[in-house]
Amino acid sequence: MDYLLTEEQVMLRDLCRQITDEKITPIAAQLDKSEEFPWEVVKVMAESDIFGVYIEEKYGGMGGGLLELCIATEEFSRGCAGIALAFSATALGTDPILLFGSEEQKEKYLPSIAAGKRLAAFAITEPAAGSDASAMQTTAKKDGDHYILNGTKHFITNGGEAEIYTVVAMTNKDRGARGASIFIVEKGTPGFTFGKKEDKLGIRGSATRELIFTDCRVPKENMIGKEGQGFLIAMKTFDMSRPGIGAQAVGIAQGAFEASVKYAKERKQFGKSISSFQGIQFMLADMATQIEAARALIYASARQIDAGSTKTVSKDSSMAKLFASDVAMKVTTDAVQIFGGYGYMKEYPVEKYMRDAKITQIYEGTNQIQRNIIALNLIKETSKS
Amino acid sequence: MNIIVCIKQVPDTTQVRIDPVTNTLIREGVQSIINPFDMYAIEEGVRLKEKYGGKTTVISMGPPQADAALREAISMGCDEACLVSDRAFAGSDTLATGYTLAMAIRKLKDYDIILCGKQASDGDTAQVGPGIATQLDIPQVTYVKKIEDVKDNHATVERMTEEGFEIVRTSLPCLLTVVKEINEPRIPSLKGRMKAKKAEILSWKAIDLDLEEEKLGLKGSPTWVSKIFTPPPRPKGHILEGDPEETTTKIIEALKDRLI
Repeated sequence: MDYLLTEEQVMLRDLCRQITDEKITPIAAQLDKSEEFPWEVVKVMAESDIFGVYIEEKYGGMGGGLLELCIATEEFSRGCAGIALAFSATALGTDPILLFGSEEQKEKYLPSIAAGKRLAAFAITEPAAGSDASAMQTTAKKDGDHYILNGTKHFITNGGEAEIYTVVAMTNKDRGARGASIFIVEKGTPGFTFGKKEDKLGIRGSATRELIFTDCRVPKENMIGKEGQGFLIAMKTFDMSRPGIGAQAVGIAQGAFEASVKYAKERKQFGKSISSFQGIQFMLADMATQIEAARALIYASARQIDAGSTKTVSKDSSMAKLFASDVAMKVTTDAVQIFGGYGYMKEYPVEKYMRDAKITQIYEGTNQIQRNIIALNLIKETSKS
Repeated sequence: MNIIVCIKQVPDTTQVRIDPVTNTLIREGVQSIINPFDMYAIEEGVRLKEKYGGKTTVISMGPPQADAALREAISMGCDEACLVSDRAFAGSDTLATGYTLAMAIRKLKDYDIILCGKQASDGDTAQVGPGIATQLDIPQVTYVKKIEDVKDNHATVERMTEEGFEIVRTSLPCLLTVVKEINEPRIPSLKGRMKAKKAEILSWKAIDLDLEEEKLGLKGSPTWVSKIFTPPPRPKGHILEGDPEETTTKIIEALKDRLI
């Protein structure tokens, strides 16, 4: 389908596709096994100006927006969703600065992120605070010109590898959701250490670690926005980031789909290629249709955000993430089915796509939370009229 | 330092087929790419500029579509591009091509190093690079796998040979043809691609160059191609199994049978 992309967006897509085909796909299976962080690919992405696609030109970026971020994420995820996260999770960690950062914070952090010199990460999840983020235990106590952070964040994508962390902590526990604030914490700050690296089902080329804060002193100018705005900023960040997760899901589905079509044409049973059987044809047709629908929803929601239309952004970006991730799970499961016994083996790429797809239904708000958001907004919208 | 890189646009070799009836290349539907060996020349040209400063100019002789190849070279970091294109050049063999390119390079003036890929993937002659050097009357080093050093108006390079490599020191200006061992061509950046899209490409016709008409195109091309064909696939080898003494006897017999 023609999404009427600009010449620059087509150029970006072609570049990301080239990086994926030449640098990502060939090492995807190896990194899935070894769980190494893809620094070599990060270097190529950086040299190709990719880390700056969604950052304003005055901070060294390319001046694009969320649609550009989604195009790049989708293409990289087509090769390996884990490797793609070095890029897309950096965008998530950067979003709070982009959305609510002061001019000084933007000038200090964005140029090195746009240049791909420093990766970023976003930290809200804690062992006892997943979907219920308000149950978080990490605190930030004011002490003169500093805040002192204490607590543990876990399941943090890019944890340990990133240099810049945007961390949500409670500045006033008594105020509940209104008592949280967001801080920029740099790797190397005394009192900031890393815990265990997770051994995961999928996205194994991405690092997921614990962040541990022990009397970690952060200068007060590192607070993003105002004290108490932490949850608001986090929610606005997720509104922005959900289409990106959707794009990751579409990329995974697209990769699995392409492998399936190729295999179905090559694989012979009963004297014919299995692509000649209607049972397989219908599966492929459904896969292609679902992927296209998911992509259309993501591009539409990203374009809406880029155009500054934010009225229904929470609902729309939740729909995009929910739909695309469910499509990814369905399509990758069907891809394994088309490959049959071979699909279940690690020698072929589709079981990895299936493992990678699962996380997109879970992180940045489980799909049950997405449905909550959609329903809540539907009820709000209808009660106003 | 001024570097000139000569490139050729060729059909993507992974897609080329030969028409068995007419013995010509089937070009329809085949994508055009930069000759893969020239990609190494471009990368080396850009690296030399990054290391020693100066300017890298990319030049190609070919039809107007070669514009795309030149833009790709700019996206990789070349500063300027020049397309030498005219119907009068049609049918040029390696001699006429070397002559025409040499005259264009002469017009570009001030050059220190000219880089070419070791050969083109379509013709595989490896003659145009040496031809240019001969026409310009400058030293040439072929099959270069490393440029060690450029200083005091000299370049020290390593060139591949059948047995190993030679270290050659040559005065500048010189022409080097490079092999794939020399580097890994970069993926052009987004900024590079955007710059390439807008870049102005110098375009020269026959009339713009000080050329002798009888040295151009078909007229200036003594080479003629009698036949192009796909060689038959090599027959499978025969493996002799068994203990060494037995198989040795068998080999000797087989060789005798073939009167070797």
